[in-house]
Amino acid sequence: MAMLEVDDLHTHFTTPDGVVKAVDGVSFNLEPGETLGIVGESGSGKSVTALSIMQLNPEPPVSYPEGEILFEGEDLLEASDKRMQQIRGNEIAMIFQDPMTSLNPVFTVGNQIREAIRIHQNVSKSEAREKTVQVLRDVGIANPEQRVGEYPHQFSGGMRQRAMIAMGLACNPRVLIADEPTTALDVTIQAQILELMVGLQEKYGTAIIMITHDLGVVAQLADKVMVMYAGRAVEQGTTDEVFYDPLMPYSWSLLRSLPRLDTAGEVRLLPVKGAPPSLIFLPKGCNFSPRCPFVKDECHEIDPDLYEKKPNHTAACILSVEEIEANKHRVDEELGVEG
Amino acid sequence: MVEHDRTTLGAGAQDNAAEPSVEEYVKVRGRTQREIIWRRFRRHRLAMASGVFLVLLYLAALATPAIVPYEYDEIDYAAINQGPSLEHPMGTDRLGRDELTRVLYGGRVSLVVGLGVGVFSTLIGAAVGIFSGYYGRAVDTALMSFTDFMLTLPFIPLILVLGSIFNFTPASITLALVILLWMNMARLVRGGVLSVREQEYVLAARAIGVSDSRIMLRHVLPNVVGVMVVQATLTVALAIILESTVSFLGFGIQPPTPSWGNMLTDARSTMTQQPWLTWFPGMMIVITALCVNFLGDGLRDALDPKAVE
Repeated sequence: MAMLEVDDLHTHFTTPDGVVKAVDGVSFNLEPGETLGIVGESGSGKSVTALSIMQLNPEPPVSYPEGEILFEGEDLLEASDKRMQQIRGNEIAMIFQDPMTSLNPVFTVGNQIREAIRIHQNVSKSEAREKTVQVLRDVGIANPEQRVGEYPHQFSGGMRQRAMIAMGLACNPRVLIADEPTTALDVTIQAQILELMVGLQEKYGTAIIMITHDLGVVAQLADKVMVMYAGRAVEQGTTDEVFYDPLMPYSWSLLRSLPRLDTAGEVRLLPVKGAPPSLIFLPKGCNFSPRCPFVKDECHEIDPDLYEKKPNHTAACILSVEEIEANKHRVDEELGVEG
Repeated sequence: MVEHDRTTLGAGAQDNAAEPSVEEYVKVRGRTQREIIWRRFRRHRLAMASGVFLVLLYLAALATPAIVPYEYDEIDYAAINQGPSLEHPMGTDRLGRDELTRVLYGGRVSLVVGLGVGVFSTLIGAAVGIFSGYYGRAVDTALMSFTDFMLTLPFIPLILVLGSIFNFTPASITLALVILLWMNMARLVRGGVLSVREQEYVLAARAIGVSDSRIMLRHVLPNVVGVMVVQATLTVALAIILESTVSFLGFGIQPPTPSWGNMLTDARSTMTQQPWLTWFPGMMIVITALCVNFLGDGLRDALDPKAVE
């Protein structure tokens, strides 16, 4: 059994306009030390999946009509509030997108990291302080003895994200969920933060769920990838498989919409048409059919499940592997060959 | 000689001597939060002056029996209706009682009532506001309906009725004013809690396993302190004015115990002949209320965690 097993998770929100199926049947596994990348557009259900694991969705309006989230065999959807408080931060930690707003302005950074340690570990004040300095040093903050007593406004954006990671890792959790941890940072700092996360993962064996819409980040970090669209997983496989041989037109479109250094000037970009669908009024048939470049008539009728198209590589598309390859080839002829 | 030294050492060496080393740079300590707040507060001149004035006033009120040579009810028929003089800096009233002594004793009542109402209405209002904002839904609806109901009560007539039933002492008038003045605090704190609880750092705190009650008290409440301070000072000023009003109307603190309000009642009939009897208690009410407001303003700016140096 995997360490973290999300099985057919449904996360619904009841709103005055109807039920929003923010996550609609998502399954994945995570082993110790592994990195899973979850990619997708805004509103595809990435963050809600993460918050479901943490049980941090606002309740109500959230409900979990189906599925289970097994962490070492324990169903987190059934866990009591008290039990979840023990798990959060200690077993599963989460870091958020915007480091500028994720630290409380009225407390010192050290105070906030120490809080995590003091809640979960039975240590004295001075031990907690030492440990705080230690984790700040781990995440590469210079002069941590002094920095520990400073307030968030005295930290730069990159340092705050490092502090957030320190807060997440303070109790050596088994799983770290990073919800777009580099989106608010500039590119050089992004690279440093990613490097830091890889380093800490190697040191502590933490499993990471990396949520992002930045395909470059996933390519760099993840062992396997789950592509989400309109609350569902539409493609799952190892990072190499999904990136070099995407079998779902949506993943392929995402990759074709990005400029690449090695083909710059030779290949025209292909934007993904239209906007993500409303989660209340989903299109008939395949959710992606109104935007799909390879769409067939049947696509508007049949709502595909995830099929295993190749060993350990699943995609939700009724097109056969041959049809998809033919379509990709056709576009390559028109716009220039990729890769 | 000096010329010579410069040429031999060179400009570079001179500069090096003046520059602190890297270690010294690193050692420069950041300001603590307390220092930052104090710095910002000090820069607010008006608030600073108001604070000093209020502290002096409180000390004077506390030490009144020791520093004034008269009693507040010491009648001296040899010196009635005297204007301000060296012996009686604020003059005397129609019974020859020293006005300064009475203003200071009256200040004791006003200041104690003001502070008491400020503290207790803040405690009650904050508690109601936190419960309301934190639990939401039915609790929120019930508490806020009750708060709205209290706000609709016409409090001047009500307090006059209460005053005519129970003879007000400083303690009981404080209680009555607390009951009538906690509602704005409750509404403000609730609003603050509602907005702060949606902040990402609250989510981040929950994500490290902090319990809900701890989040409310340790993470949310300190972020609402700014508005609480301002509201508390407004309440203090309002309580001082209301106590004076009620006493002026004859339902508050009863003579011969002086309060700024009932001193004004006394002085009203002779306002044209002995105007100083109106000036001094009247001015004290205005100045004290004003100073409390300035102080609140300064504290709000100084305590705002989002303010930049």
